[in-house]
Amino acid sequence: MAPSPAATLSFRCCYCSVNLSLAKLFFALRNVAGRWREALLQRNGIVAFGAYVPQLRLARQAIVQANAWFNDAAQSLAKGERSMCNWDEDAITMAVEAARDCLQGVDRRNVGDVVLASTTLPFADRQNAGILATALNLPEEISTSDSGGSQRTATTALLHALKSEPADPKALTLVVASEKRRAKAAGSQELLFGDGAAAVLLGSDNPIARFVASHQISLDFADHYRGEGKAFDYNWEERWVRDEGYRRIVPRALAGLFEKASITPDKVDRFIMPGAVAQDLAKRAGIRAEAVADSLSGVMGDAGTAQPLIMLVHALERAKPGETIVVVGFGQGSDAILFQVTDAIATLAPRRAVAGSLARRRAETNYQRYLAFNGLVDIDRGPRSELDKQTAVSALFRNRKTVLGFVGGKCRQCGTVQFPKSNVCVNPNCGVARSQDDYPLADAVAHIQSWTADNLTYTPDPPQYFGMIVFEDGGRLMADFTDVGNGEIDVGMPVCMMFRVKDYDERRGFRRYFWKAVPANPQKTAS
Amino acid sequence: MPTGIRDKVVILGMGCSKFGEHWDKNAEDLVFDSYEECLADAGIETSQIDAAWFATAIEEQHVGKSGIPLAVALRLPLIPVTRVENYCASGTEAFRGAVYAVAAGAADIALAMGVEKLKDTGYGGLPQRTRGVVNDMMIANASAPGAFAQLASAYRAKHGVNASDLKRAMAQVSVKSHANAVKNPRAHLRREIDIETVIKAPIVAEPLGLYDCCGVSDGSACAIVTTPEIARSLGNRDLIAVKALQLSVSNGVEASHNSWDGSYFMTTRRAATKAYEEAGVGKPREEISMAEVHDCFSITELVTMEDLFLSKEGNAWRDFLDGFYNADGGLPCQIDGGLKCFGHPIGASGLRMLYEGYLQLRGRAEKRQLDAPKLVLTHNLGGFPHQNVASVSIIGRYEKNV
Repeated sequence: MAPSPAATLSFRCCYCSVNLSLAKLFFALRNVAGRWREALLQRNGIVAFGAYVPQLRLARQAIVQANAWFNDAAQSLAKGERSMCNWDEDAITMAVEAARDCLQGVDRRNVGDVVLASTTLPFADRQNAGILATALNLPEEISTSDSGGSQRTATTALLHALKSEPADPKALTLVVASEKRRAKAAGSQELLFGDGAAAVLLGSDNPIARFVASHQISLDFADHYRGEGKAFDYNWEERWVRDEGYRRIVPRALAGLFEKASITPDKVDRFIMPGAVAQDLAKRAGIRAEAVADSLSGVMGDAGTAQPLIMLVHALERAKPGETIVVVGFGQGSDAILFQVTDAIATLAPRRAVAGSLARRRAETNYQRYLAFNGLVDIDRGPRSELDKQTAVSALFRNRKTVLGFVGGKCRQCGTVQFPKSNVCVNPNCGVARSQDDYPLADAVAHIQSWTADNLTYTPDPPQYFGMIVFEDGGRLMADFTDVGNGEIDVGMPVCMMFRVKDYDERRGFRRYFWKAVPANPQKTAS
Repeated sequence: MPTGIRDKVVILGMGCSKFGEHWDKNAEDLVFDSYEECLADAGIETSQIDAAWFATAIEEQHVGKSGIPLAVALRLPLIPVTRVENYCASGTEAFRGAVYAVAAGAADIALAMGVEKLKDTGYGGLPQRTRGVVNDMMIANASAPGAFAQLASAYRAKHGVNASDLKRAMAQVSVKSHANAVKNPRAHLRREIDIETVIKAPIVAEPLGLYDCCGVSDGSACAIVTTPEIARSLGNRDLIAVKALQLSVSNGVEASHNSWDGSYFMTTRRAATKAYEEAGVGKPREEISMAEVHDCFSITELVTMEDLFLSKEGNAWRDFLDGFYNADGGLPCQIDGGLKCFGHPIGASGLRMLYEGYLQLRGRAEKRQLDAPKLVLTHNLGGFPHQNVASVSIIGRYEKNV
């Protein structure tokens, strides 16, 4: 194990004035022993990855234009686009989609740990990772936890997971980072931020990227903060953040990392660090300019604590065996992690990951819609929106597999798949009682049997598209559609399911989730 | 095999309030409006009623639960009063209760009352209500027009009808009902419209426009029923008898099993088949004189004509465009204006349909009177196409009339 700052400090207090050379010898021995122990007990590395970026991409030009009367200085930021959650997406729904992407082909019974890292989770006290695990139909005998409190929380959670000793060496750890950051209107944050999520699965068998070394620095450097009960961040001067923050803290983390990994900075093939300072920091550290990863700021913006993992996934989806990847997280200190890509990368099944998420794009030029979806403008939603959305959590708990896991039933007698699972088989030629086994439908392929675009019912983004979807191996559902554009729905079209917010209960601060149908082969981008 | 209800019970009297936006009336006032007419028509006193059935669908919107509101409104003499609710078939459900009680000998004279007071929500369309703690977590965010609009997409796909042809046929459904309602002083919407107006109207739920949707109205309708013998003893001749009362309720097949294609009502077909059998109708398209069907939306009426076996499957849209269901067509449908124009106070609708059939059979339909109708079919559809309650009732002249 690497020495913690606290351990180093106490050691110095006791011995530094007595014999410095003894201290150096001790450190060296401790490092060797630590590495040997790590190799034996810790996760070997990343075995799979996934990502999710919302389909909507808001043109920054639209934001700048709308706010030019107030903030003309933002003109310089009017390039590219930022990802933006649909009204029914949040840090949990994006996490679920990133995790599903990551877990494809993985036996979910082998997942023993789930960590959800975010600073924008919808529940302050109701474990968000528990919702994630239920939506993923993971076993109940597992460890789940939320990790938050800093923009560095995702890389820290990743490191904790990499260094932890698994109870079962075969058990996998799922680390998901997801962020939907709120920003006040007309400031620079709403231009710089983006929404997104990434997931990595850690394990010991045949990793695609081997964990080599890490180094952490912890400092109470409050470049920004968000106090309890506050919706938005408060930022300090950018020049101070750059000069006293990034330029002093990150180099320390990198220097420690390179020392532990025993490599020189020029050997780094991919330097992953969000934000505009990455190129500058790489140069100062001696990392080659061409190794600096695209921050994706032009195409999606900065998804906060999720961004280092999104960029890591983006690097991994294109990585060659042998590549050396350094990931840096920044926030009240810094985490630096070094991975080496292995030959196994070539055998990982193709997936959506970041490239696929970015390709699944819908241009949005209506800034007003962004304001409305993010609660930044008080839209007159009309009396139909007033229907009470209270959720009986007792009912939700006993129906959790159905509602959150989207698990239906399959009749042992006739093989009919049905949703929801019920006491009596729905097949009119069967009707056998208590004959159904659990049958997960979230990944099932379906097509549209009937549909409409409803202008009467209240929805935050009218019209409400919904219709009967028919699963190809059985089962059906009158389902809400989401991520649909005008004229993009028709009978017979294939759809897939996504985990989304069903309703917001603003009175009580609750939100309920369910599964919605999304066109499987999105048509040409509509604007 | 049950022997069925045919000719066991007759309608002694009926009443119906004006339907519309009754800003000045409570549900209890509407109940009294139809009841006064009904009681006078039946020629009896309140004290002669042995039992009553009371239909309201969204009762929390107006009178509240139980049979008490009806008993209080009419000062019924401490008799059994049962409140029934079965979505839009609630009115017919009250009628079934009263008719079966008479047939069973449990009551000599029974009252069926339906009422709905919808116009106190503060917005147009039907009131929004929770559908239950579990359903609310999963049910699609559908309005009523949205749920019924599903039929159009599935019907087009199944029968290869192009969108503009179907839209035009749907428009004709509404044009016909508007033309009929002009002649009905109790109807809610009494204005003739043309087909282009319907087609160009704002879309409520694709492809249903404003004029493809029925009115949301306040109103009540009721019936007093008895046995043929008692009716005779009270001096009545030319009795109007119940010929069939059938109800079919979805069991989840349409919603959860892939044998249903979304283009028709499984329940209506079942209820119609059994009703024709009960009434002894072999060739419905020829034998049924007129139909009052559940035209909550134009596409519902169109599809329903096939499910009632009045139009051939895949052919109803042509029948409408050909005028077969017009007032002067082969089988007049919604001669009173239907839900579309008479209005749709949910609990009253089934009884309102029977009221029009009763007037027509008695020759009292004034400007709308058809030439010697024999059998009248009424149909209700409550719920959504993929999960619903369908009723089919047939009334006609008592066969032992002298």
